Amino acid sequence: MDILQLLIIGIIVGSIIGLGAMGLTLSYGVMKFANFAHGDFMTLGMFLAYIVISDLGWGTSPIGNFSFGFGLIPAIILAIFGVGCFAIVTDHFVHRHLRMRGSGIITMAIASLGIGIMLRAIIQMVWGPTAFRFSTGINTALTLPGDLKIKPDQIFICAITLLCTIGLYILLYRTKLGKAMRATSDNSELASIAGINTDRIRMATWGISGGLTAIAGIMLAIQSQLRFDTGFTFLLPMFAAVILGGIGNPWGALLGGLIVGITQELATEWINPGFKPGVPFVLLIAMLLFRPRGIFGSSI
Amino acid sequence: MTALLSVNEVSTGYAELEIVHKVSIQVDKGEIVTIIGPNGAGKSTLLKAIAGVLTKFEGTVTLNRQNVTTFSASNMVTVGASFVPQTDNIFPSLSIKENLEMGGFLRSSGVSERINEVLSMFPELQKRPNEKAGNLSGGQRQALAISRALMLDPVLLMLDEPTAALSPVLREEIFDRIDVIRKTGVAILMVEQNAKEALLRSDRGYVLVAGELVLEQTGPELVANPDVGRLFLGAERNPQIHNEGN
Repeated sequence: MDILQLLIIGIIVGSIIGLGAMGLTLSYGVMKFANFAHGDFMTLGMFLAYIVISDLGWGTSPIGNFSFGFGLIPAIILAIFGVGCFAIVTDHFVHRHLRMRGSGIITMAIASLGIGIMLRAIIQMVWGPTAFRFSTGINTALTLPGDLKIKPDQIFICAITLLCTIGLYILLYRTKLGKAMRATSDNSELASIAGINTDRIRMATWGISGGLTAIAGIMLAIQSQLRFDTGFTFLLPMFAAVILGGIGNPWGALLGGLIVGITQELATEWINPGFKPGVPFVLLIAMLLFRPRGIFGSSI
Repeated sequence: MTALLSVNEVSTGYAELEIVHKVSIQVDKGEIVTIIGPNGAGKSTLLKAIAGVLTKFEGTVTLNRQNVTTFSASNMVTVGASFVPQTDNIFPSLSIKENLEMGGFLRSSGVSERINEVLSMFPELQKRPNEKAGNLSGGQRQALAISRALMLDPVLLMLDEPTAALSPVLREEIFDRIDVIRKTGVAILMVEQNAKEALLRSDRGYVLVAGELVLEQTGPELVANPDVGRLFLGAERNPQIHNEGN
């Protein structure tokens, strides 16, 4: 395939990885542990949206050349709310107790792994092992100069990623809540001393991170399909993106996501596409060996 | 006169380890009070317990006659007691202005006005409000940490070794600023290793040794006390101190 065409696909896949990675790195920045349930949070978001789009059948008539209808809007809202609440509830019943006991980051990360496995099993029990799609219609690709193809859905994915990035920037740098999240990420004890209720900040962070993850899950489902383990298979590329960009740095995570997406797609020019999921591993190991702080360093 | 801060028979420490044993101190309105003592005496531990960072094993703390014994650090600022830790006392990835905004997090209004008021005491910070705090020098960081703690108009400012690791010139500057802050009516309780300079500017001082209070005198009296110097060197574990002031 043409290199430029692969680049376009890489940007689309990278946008989804970056979007998911921003949520992952945001929660890491404040909680200080790697949330291994993040991929499964993505899957939860997809299936919550699927309930609205396919099970309830709301607004299924496609808008213009897109494959989805207006039903995607309530689907996104439900998914953001559902995943955000699920993340907050799991923190309240699991991670908060571990924090109060003074558990280390390994314990917290292992607990999140358990939550992820549990969530994946529940999703499999409810929806089974079958793969689903939001739409069964054909999403005709647009032709760009140079005979490059891009689907309207893929333009939508990139636009949503851009919107979420701008929204997250405004939240973190222009709002009191966002600044308090950055302060808590920097030094949670000092944040408490300054009068910031760090428990509430953690709760808000889980909610926002969960919301971003839900959106990433829906974008992934639009681009490919839904299965009980779709989000889980995206976990490693998201971790690679987070490490590439600098742990705890959302902008780095987005850039890291784009690098991972583009690299793994471009690699298919020379390697069997079946091996492309190995590319993020190579990037992750290389980054850990040569620049463990990531491209931008580690802070929100 | 009723004390602004009254610490009564407080014992505290880390986890099961008691470091400070039944210590009682008090700070009156507008006073500078300094706690001195050799390394490991429990000075910072006591200050952290008063600030709500550490749990008190026993004893009571009252501020403005309100019992604040069980208050957490985030609650202490709501009743007018601000604390500046010795280290990690700024948010390094936030700008100077954002650090101050976080200091005023609980203010419902007037944050910008208060930032201007506070920065007028620290002109070196006023020049570059958007500078990342992590790029500041040691003295500037300390100035920012104190400024951050002043954002909520505290009645009591607790400073844990505010001049640690600073050059003599910067130490003088920080002590001068502390004097200025006191003149605005804020009482100051500080722990200091640069004891002589701190005590000369203090109304009263307490000497803490091995977690126990062994002496209370005025600042100048403590400076003149021949045993105090020996105490800081840690030469004697249970020194007999001349206690002419009491």
